[in-house]
Amino acid sequence: MSATAHADSPAASTAPTFADYARPLWRRVLINRESAIIAILIAVYVVSLVAVPNFSGPLTITYLLRDVAPILLIALPMTMIIVTEEIDLSVASIVGLSSVLTGLLTQAGVPFLAAALIAILAGAVAGTFNGFLVTVVGLPSLAVTIGTLALYRGIAVGLLGTTAITDFPEAWTDLARANIPGTPVPLIMIAFVLLALAFGAVLHFTPFGRSLYAIGLNKEAAAFSGIDVGRTKFVLFIASGAVSAFAGVYFTLLYSNARGDNALGMELQIVAAVLLGGVSIFGGRGALHGVIAGVLLIGTVGSALRLANVTSDVINVITGLLLILSVISSSLLAWAHNRRASALGRRKGVAGAVASAT
Amino acid sequence: MSVAPMADIRTGGAAQFVKRLASARELGILIALLLVILAATLTNPNFLFSPDGFRDLFLTPSLLLLVAVGQAVVIITRNIDLSVSSVVGLTAYLTGRLFIDVEGIPILVVILAGLLFGALLGAINGALVAFARVPALVITLGTMYIYRGLNVSWAGSNRINASDLPRDFRALGTEQILGIPVLTILAVAVLVMAAWYLRNMRGGREYYAIGSDPDAAHLYGLRVTRRLISAFVLSGALSGLAGVLYAARYGTVSSAAGTGWELQAIGAAVIGGVAISGGVGTLWGAALGAFLLMTINRALPILGIHDFWQRAVVGTLIIGAIVLDRVLAVRQRRKLIAQREEAS
Repeated sequence: MSATAHADSPAASTAPTFADYARPLWRRVLINRESAIIAILIAVYVVSLVAVPNFSGPLTITYLLRDVAPILLIALPMTMIIVTEEIDLSVASIVGLSSVLTGLLTQAGVPFLAAALIAILAGAVAGTFNGFLVTVVGLPSLAVTIGTLALYRGIAVGLLGTTAITDFPEAWTDLARANIPGTPVPLIMIAFVLLALAFGAVLHFTPFGRSLYAIGLNKEAAAFSGIDVGRTKFVLFIASGAVSAFAGVYFTLLYSNARGDNALGMELQIVAAVLLGGVSIFGGRGALHGVIAGVLLIGTVGSALRLANVTSDVINVITGLLLILSVISSSLLAWAHNRRASALGRRKGVAGAVASAT
Repeated sequence: MSVAPMADIRTGGAAQFVKRLASARELGILIALLLVILAATLTNPNFLFSPDGFRDLFLTPSLLLLVAVGQAVVIITRNIDLSVSSVVGLTAYLTGRLFIDVEGIPILVVILAGLLFGALLGAINGALVAFARVPALVITLGTMYIYRGLNVSWAGSNRINASDLPRDFRALGTEQILGIPVLTILAVAVLVMAAWYLRNMRGGREYYAIGSDPDAAHLYGLRVTRRLISAFVLSGALSGLAGVLYAARYGTVSSAAGTGWELQAIGAAVIGGVAISGGVGTLWGAALGAFLLMTINRALPILGIHDFWQRAVVGTLIIGAIVLDRVLAVRQRRKLIAQREEAS
């Protein structure tokens, strides 16, 4: 309605308008990718409650959230990195590295809190190295993070070998496995909610967050608009490293196990969940609530299928199919939208020519 | 008068410099490879001079060579194929199953079946990438999960054992001709054919065009969709062949066969000079990169470095290779600009 109103004005008939707010508020909020994923999540959850035995027990939510917590945590900075059209595949290796460091330092007698902080600092250093190679040296982040994926994992495995450290202070392992008193929700969710609020506030309500979308949509235009693209990406990689290391400390405590190959392959699950949540791999598009729904969807599907005695390989096949369907669907939607827009344009073009001729 | 200096720049400074640069990279890797072999042999002469050592030097990298060559073709078109490890695993299991279920099936038929199956899996990748216009990273991430999941659910907890495979087939993995393993000869033959195709046939050159600038390739009239699908089909077929030869070499095939190979293949290609951004690199470089990686893995324990540090070495090499690429590219661009300034 407002689009046709715009078309009447002389300026709009020559230049296309970006009808960002052309749709009414309820359509903008309810009919988008994030809402679709949230709807699918609710649908899957409801179906599992009904169809899968034992799914409605209180332990389900506890185990689901406990297992999916590292992915939830790391998906937050990963979203921001993918929005700027970069990628960080080394996150799982940083989880493994921080797990090994925590274990080694604890074994050497360092108090656990100090060991955890040193591990998180090491993760930040790893992220700094990534950021340096991507922003200062100017290498593509895919290549860099494939290299650092091997490097950090190699350092983790090299430091610990095939042994595993399983001796951790009980107070801390109990803390990692405890729930919020009276609820089935694990304590780690408090940390996650705080981080999610912080990241969400930065991404959606600060100029820094808006600049991420600008960088993802058009790097050169963003640079010319005064955004320091290099420094922004640098900060994102450091954040990714630090959060991955924190997730690594939690992972170690949860399983009471520090091994060199902890969280092997987790980076792919994180990327799959982020893409499922509506973030475009081309950058410039995405929101945190969609990503959180995406992670929870994959976790719920996995949990429900496991309780239904489906083997984990089928769960992997379904995860892969979900990922491919989600990215193809956005391609299909864009194609359908383009066809409709070009048909509309052709119709309007004819009408405009007729109007201007008379 | 003005034509001569222009021709000078085109065939003289810039082109010669670029050509020297290209050959320097492969030569550099070859020198690094020889240095590693030298260091390992000096520490322990059995590395090279024992019959096992000499055979393993050629045998160990052969399978990775096939996968790396396919991967290099895909990377040259500015894409990536993460699903190669799952294709290797699936075709290795298919090989075992064919020998077990079909009595007296000829080895050639099995090899062809593996090739075709791998090509089919690659075609799925290529179709999704070319038609859905989705980055190959995401598609092959998904197909990696799917193919591996199918492999595990098909195999269950079964394993193919060496006793299930016919002796002639197993002999493929251990036989030698004139001291060089048959697998290596096969792999090098494939490498020579693929490298010749990429260098001399229009289809091969079009891969480079698409990788350098996909939009320009499309505007120029190249059939980008068709070429992309063929690149992935080639990668899948080579991974399929590697899977069949995996069964020949190792005999035992579990559902985890080939895990981790995609990173090794990408690493080998990147170390060998194939740029992730596409359009640059040769298959010879990727092959030499595969040789270098596998030889370093074998040489590390001999040089006293525990082979737990293998992956760290691979990671350092990959990072070193891409930093080197970047430094050389920047320097080359500066030289070309300077020459252009000089001429005008």
